[in-house]
Amino acid sequence: MNWLNAENLALIFGGLTALSILLYAILDGYDLGVGITLPMANEPWRDTAIASIGPFWDANETWLVLAVGLLLVAFPAAHSAILHALYLPAALLLLGLILRGVAFDFRAKVKNTRKTRWDYTFKAGSVLATFSQGFMLGIYVMGLEYTAGSIVFASFSGLCVTAAYAMIGNAWLIGKTSGELQLHAIRQCKIAGVLTLSGILAVSAINPLVNVNVLQVWTEPPLAFVFAAIPLLCFAMFVIGYLVLKRLPLPGDAGAWLPFVICNIIFICSFLGLALSFYPYVVPNQLTLYQAASSRESLLIIFWGAVVVIPVIIGYTALAYYAFRGKADGLKYY
Amino acid sequence: MLDTLILSRIQFAANISFHILFPTITIALGWLLFYFKVRFDISKHPVWMRAYRFWVKVFALTFALGVVSGITMSFQFGTNWPGFMESIGNIAGPLLAYEILTAFFLEATMLGIMLFGFHKVPRWAHTLATFLVALGTTFSAFWILVLNSWMQTPAGFEMIDGVAHATDWWAIIFNPSFPYRFVHMLLASALTVCFLVAGISAYRLLKGDNKKAPKLTLKTAILTAAILTPVQVLVGDFHGLNTLEHQPQKIAAMEGIWHTEKGAPLVLFAIPDEATQQNRFAIEIPKLASLILTHDKEGELKGLNEFAGEHPPVVPVFYSFRIMVGIGMLMLLMAWWGSYGLLRKKTLSPLQLKILIGMTFSGWVATLAGWYVTEIGRQPYLVYGVLKTRDAVTTVPGEHVALTLTMYLVLYAVLLVAYIKTLFWLANRAVEAEEYDLTRPGLAETRAEPGNDTRTGAAL
Repeated sequence: MNWLNAENLALIFGGLTALSILLYAILDGYDLGVGITLPMANEPWRDTAIASIGPFWDANETWLVLAVGLLLVAFPAAHSAILHALYLPAALLLLGLILRGVAFDFRAKVKNTRKTRWDYTFKAGSVLATFSQGFMLGIYVMGLEYTAGSIVFASFSGLCVTAAYAMIGNAWLIGKTSGELQLHAIRQCKIAGVLTLSGILAVSAINPLVNVNVLQVWTEPPLAFVFAAIPLLCFAMFVIGYLVLKRLPLPGDAGAWLPFVICNIIFICSFLGLALSFYPYVVPNQLTLYQAASSRESLLIIFWGAVVVIPVIIGYTALAYYAFRGKADGLKYY
Repeated sequence: MLDTLILSRIQFAANISFHILFPTITIALGWLLFYFKVRFDISKHPVWMRAYRFWVKVFALTFALGVVSGITMSFQFGTNWPGFMESIGNIAGPLLAYEILTAFFLEATMLGIMLFGFHKVPRWAHTLATFLVALGTTFSAFWILVLNSWMQTPAGFEMIDGVAHATDWWAIIFNPSFPYRFVHMLLASALTVCFLVAGISAYRLLKGDNKKAPKLTLKTAILTAAILTPVQVLVGDFHGLNTLEHQPQKIAAMEGIWHTEKGAPLVLFAIPDEATQQNRFAIEIPKLASLILTHDKEGELKGLNEFAGEHPPVVPVFYSFRIMVGIGMLMLLMAWWGSYGLLRKKTLSPLQLKILIGMTFSGWVATLAGWYVTEIGRQPYLVYGVLKTRDAVTTVPGEHVALTLTMYLVLYAVLLVAYIKTLFWLANRAVEAEEYDLTRPGLAETRAEPGNDTRTGAAL
């Protein structure tokens, strides 16, 4: 296994960490998004919206544990540097995740009079967790430094991620619900989509101005021509997505999953855009993947485990999504 | 004064103490639910399903609290203890990675099927999902106890420039204290669940619930506890002998032995005084500590004087150990007394029920006390003999740690109160529910219209 040298292993684990973060953003993104736009005025809608994510949210959050875990075990120096700089926002992220996670279960078990209180907690927790993630991303992009400018940018990034999660969350609801709630989700998805698009445009403009390397990646031929496909695809998806949303709902519920698929492509494009901007750095402008990687022996041990186990995880996750296919209206808590 | 080190220690202790409460329940409760489900599949008797339905709600709530408090843990290493991974990341990393890969995804995904899938998947698949959730929680316990035990009794590695490198993974996983600690923890989980189930069932009975399910769960819990408590006492004894071999200063602190002596007495109670290095107001049984630990009443036990500057603080270890053992003895008494009542008179007296209600969360107290013995007993080391706690701490300003610590403490207090209140509220609601309620799961039980669901209707 000569090709599994330290350098390739660092790259493989960089890829695995990135994949976990991307999967987390998509998967927990949609269930956080459902929380962000939880319709507080309509209790049956809330029940259905929350039922639609019920069987999945636990496993979705596990991708965050895996991402942080992989960063911890494969790039310990980067894990320390990043979380050291993001100490307070990370604490707020955790507060948000804790609140929404428990609210989800408490709402179904407490006295009816207290249910609304936990629904508000669920919504507030979702917003707090999402905003913190966006804020952390913003600080990361700005090189893990706190200046007036970087804090403003990070707050803006927090709003962008909130819009993006709201968009994918409502796209999920369009697929999972029907009737009035579906119409409501279509409206919300449109608004969130417009906000997300403006956010992505702004970040794409600011990022190259702040980071010289980033400008180089996106303007230096010949690779720049290849990379240009990513933003083009991304913006095309926004246009197509808008056209799709305008026509929904169609008879027989055709195309109800299209918005969710389109959101996935947008998430993947945006993520690739960020990943390419920073490669090979894992801590922007300070530490590369190769400098931060753990010893080869340890990475090998995890590598073989991951090769065997990750396909199994993907397999049973697919089974779970298959088991809960279809609309969520009739799905009740057991 | 309160600096980053002590604040980080308190914060980690608070986080992990809060976290461990919930896995301690889910590990054994997962298996108990699997047992209920299998009994239902075999007998088709609805009482097993009612038991399952009630306790699966408790499981779901407990699991959610375990998951969210566990996410906090995965951040703590990087935020507060960067030196931990820098020094022993090559060992801890793969163990944590295997825990996430083999346990977390399995339990989280299967839990979805277990909670929401009763009408979505075939019956065997639902039983299988219940099994896999229980297996996942046990895998999780396996890996995290491997890591914890390795921190107590490190093996299978070499240090190069202050960084640990693995030389023998078999030796790392099956390090000297692991088998004892793993079994001790699984039994602690089982006993915690026995007394939780017994306490809540007793509460339902005392509230006038005359359905079969709470009687059945009470009996299951008490009889299981009657068998497992003495096993736990035995395993605890072996664990202690193992600790004596590898961490004698921890034993010295637990037993309050200040000076090396032959024929050491067993200190039942005392007030250890660190300043004068002696026990005040001691109640002792002569020579018993030597007899238990060396199997010779004149055996020599090393005292704390041999480990100057290298031994843990005595007071917390000494008291925690007595709390753990005390609750263990109380459990033994109640389990046997209760079993006697159930087997001879088929019922428990109101007094016994009340004591059991009082002991609903006794397993939590004993488990925490036990963990404090072993974790504080490892100090001043983080990894015994390899890395000192103070060398691993973050450079984050103390004010930031103080801020987050306050946030966690407030949050945990609120959640703990909400959790306990909700458990008893669920019990109250179960008292009012119909005995043979045939609603589809999840519909409010008060809205029951028997016979409207052919599938469960036929089965029940």
